[in-house]
Amino acid sequence: MIVKLAWRNIWRNRRRSFITVTSISFAVILALFMRSMQLGSYERMIDNAARFYTGYAQIHANGYWDDQTLDNSMEFDSTLMSEVDGMKGVEITVPRVESFALASYGSKTKGAAVLGIDPLREEQLTRVKSKLISGKFLEDGDKGVLISEGLASYLKMGIGDSLVLLGQGFQAMTAAGLYEIQGILKFPIPAQNDQTVLMNLSGAQFLFSMEDRITSLALVIESSDDVDPVVTDLEQRLDTAAFEVLGWRELMPELIESIEIDNVSGRIMLFFLYLVIGFGMFGTFLMMTQERKYEFGVLISIGMKRRLMQWVVFLEMALMSGIGVLTGVAVALPFLIYFYRNPVYLSGESAEAIEKFGVEAAYFFSLDAEIFINQAWAILIMALILGFYPLLVIFKLKPVKAMRES
Amino acid sequence: MNIIEAKGIEKVYDEDKVPVHALNGIDLNITEGEFTAIVGPSGCGKTTLLNILGGLDHPSKGIVHLANTDITSMSDSHLIDFRLQNIGFVFQAYNLIPVLTVRENIEFIMLLQKADKVERHLRSSEMLEQMGIADKASKRPSELSGGQQQRVAVARALASKPKFILADEPTANLDSKSTAQLLDIMAEMNRKEQTTFVFSTHDQRVIDRARRIVRLDDGIVVDDHVAEHA
Ligand SMILES: Nc1ncnc2c1ncn2[C@@H]1O[C@H](COP(=O)(O)OP(=O)(O)OP(=O)(O)O)[C@@H](O)[C@H]1O
Ligand SMILES: [Mg+2]
Repeated sequence: MIVKLAWRNIWRNRRRSFITVTSISFAVILALFMRSMQLGSYERMIDNAARFYTGYAQIHANGYWDDQTLDNSMEFDSTLMSEVDGMKGVEITVPRVESFALASYGSKTKGAAVLGIDPLREEQLTRVKSKLISGKFLEDGDKGVLISEGLASYLKMGIGDSLVLLGQGFQAMTAAGLYEIQGILKFPIPAQNDQTVLMNLSGAQFLFSMEDRITSLALVIESSDDVDPVVTDLEQRLDTAAFEVLGWRELMPELIESIEIDNVSGRIMLFFLYLVIGFGMFGTFLMMTQERKYEFGVLISIGMKRRLMQWVVFLEMALMSGIGVLTGVAVALPFLIYFYRNPVYLSGESAEAIEKFGVEAAYFFSLDAEIFINQAWAILIMALILGFYPLLVIFKLKPVKAMRES
Repeated sequence: MNIIEAKGIEKVYDEDKVPVHALNGIDLNITEGEFTAIVGPSGCGKTTLLNILGGLDHPSKGIVHLANTDITSMSDSHLIDFRLQNIGFVFQAYNLIPVLTVRENIEFIMLLQKADKVERHLRSSEMLEQMGIADKASKRPSELSGGQQQRVAVARALASKPKFILADEPTANLDSKSTAQLLDIMAEMNRKEQTTFVFSTHDQRVIDRARRIVRLDDGIVVDDHVAEHA
């Protein structure tokens, strides 16, 4: 009966209820699109960053991340690798040796990042093979190296030329070697394109005098939701005195920070959107209350408890807000699913302009449940706060006065 | 037995610091089964008195006993419950809940009293029959004439079997035919169910139907007599 009463009261002023419900729906739709796009682009950025290099998690010798030297490398334990490989959520593990050396050819010398990789496994994570623009990609046992295009042109080198690498190896050993260029890679990010040298893991281990050691084991994880469970699981399995396990949040702190800053601006926009909608909702609640004071007076006179009447009015507001939220979600969801599956790629000049900043020229959408839950909460909490007004009016209503004044 | 006992009732409204003396010491007893009119010119205090007798407003001075209960010191929520269980109200207009059907309106107080469904249905059917509006049971109040709406209001008040019914100018908005019909019904229910009615009016045709007439002027009782036809 109470529900029936509330339900019918909503439809008393159809036009007003319709306007209120639709404005809530619109706000929800707008908010959902905004958030879905924003979070979608974050997810994409994180995914790109993870796919681009770091992976979703990494295992190192304890202390490596803070002090990235070869002395903080770890023993390459193939049983550990196959154990991690077999873990739920883990696609593959990617062992690496990462260090620096001076690269020179002829009269030119430049600092370079030297990476020792397992070509097949590395390919699973970074798809580095697709960056090859000339020559031949690394295979197990190859003694040659791949060099990034920027570095190659700085050193004026081509396929078949011999590169000199000179640096410091494990425990201050001298690292020096002569390597034939067997391929050239072009990376989209300048910092990477200007200074990368890629070789087989065993070659790097030999160069740096670190037989059977690696600096990091990167993990390809099936979905970003699996990262935290995998990290926790690993931390339990591994001796944390000897190893450290880092999730992507720790691996890409700058990215996370810039996402968080951007996210604040998104939230501020949402706040203003909801502020506007809040005023609209309050207007409705205000009118709904004012024009029914006489009726409230009659109901209290004939013996209806204030508490019960407050329930009815509260239900009305909750129902309206709920309908608004549900309609909004129902309308937005199919579109969001569509865009989630089919990101909107830009083309033409605007795309080029965006790509100059090293960002993909596309809109990606997220279907993270949190987006939907948050909008629902925002509206319901607002209804709850605004709903205090009618509840207060009913609480304080003097029936005789209310009926006399109307 | 007295169902209403009011002693020394005074009411001063001090709106904006200019006190209005609406009631100036009223003693009034109503016994079970009465059919009494409170009459007098506009502003004499009829509404104020009925509100105080119904526990809707507190007197500035004096004591009200209803069904042997002192209501003057009752808390707001106790009073609401007391009204629910004991008093039926009919107001001048707009008594009904617009979104409920006629039948639902009649059952509403019984519902608040937590009467069960079957009982509610039987009683509301009986009331609809008595009021001659059985065919309107599933209509909304706005689809009814003013007279029919007031009959629904009386039906709602009666359905819950209150100790007495207070009606403030129930016929003020009605034409003479509807007025006569409503009074017929009230008189009939008063006779049949022994329900006590106290109503206010300044309409002579209504006064003529009352069995006891209490006349107010300037907030005091100036006349109180039993009608000759009674
Ligand atoms: N809430 C109030 N505040 C201030 N003055 C009031 C209030 N209610 C009534 N009055 C005054 O008290 C006096 C009695 O009013 P009341 O409404 O009881 O008279 P009434 O006999 O019902 O009149 P009517 O026949 O016009 O309905 C009037 O002077 C009125 O102006
Ligand atoms: Mg009056």
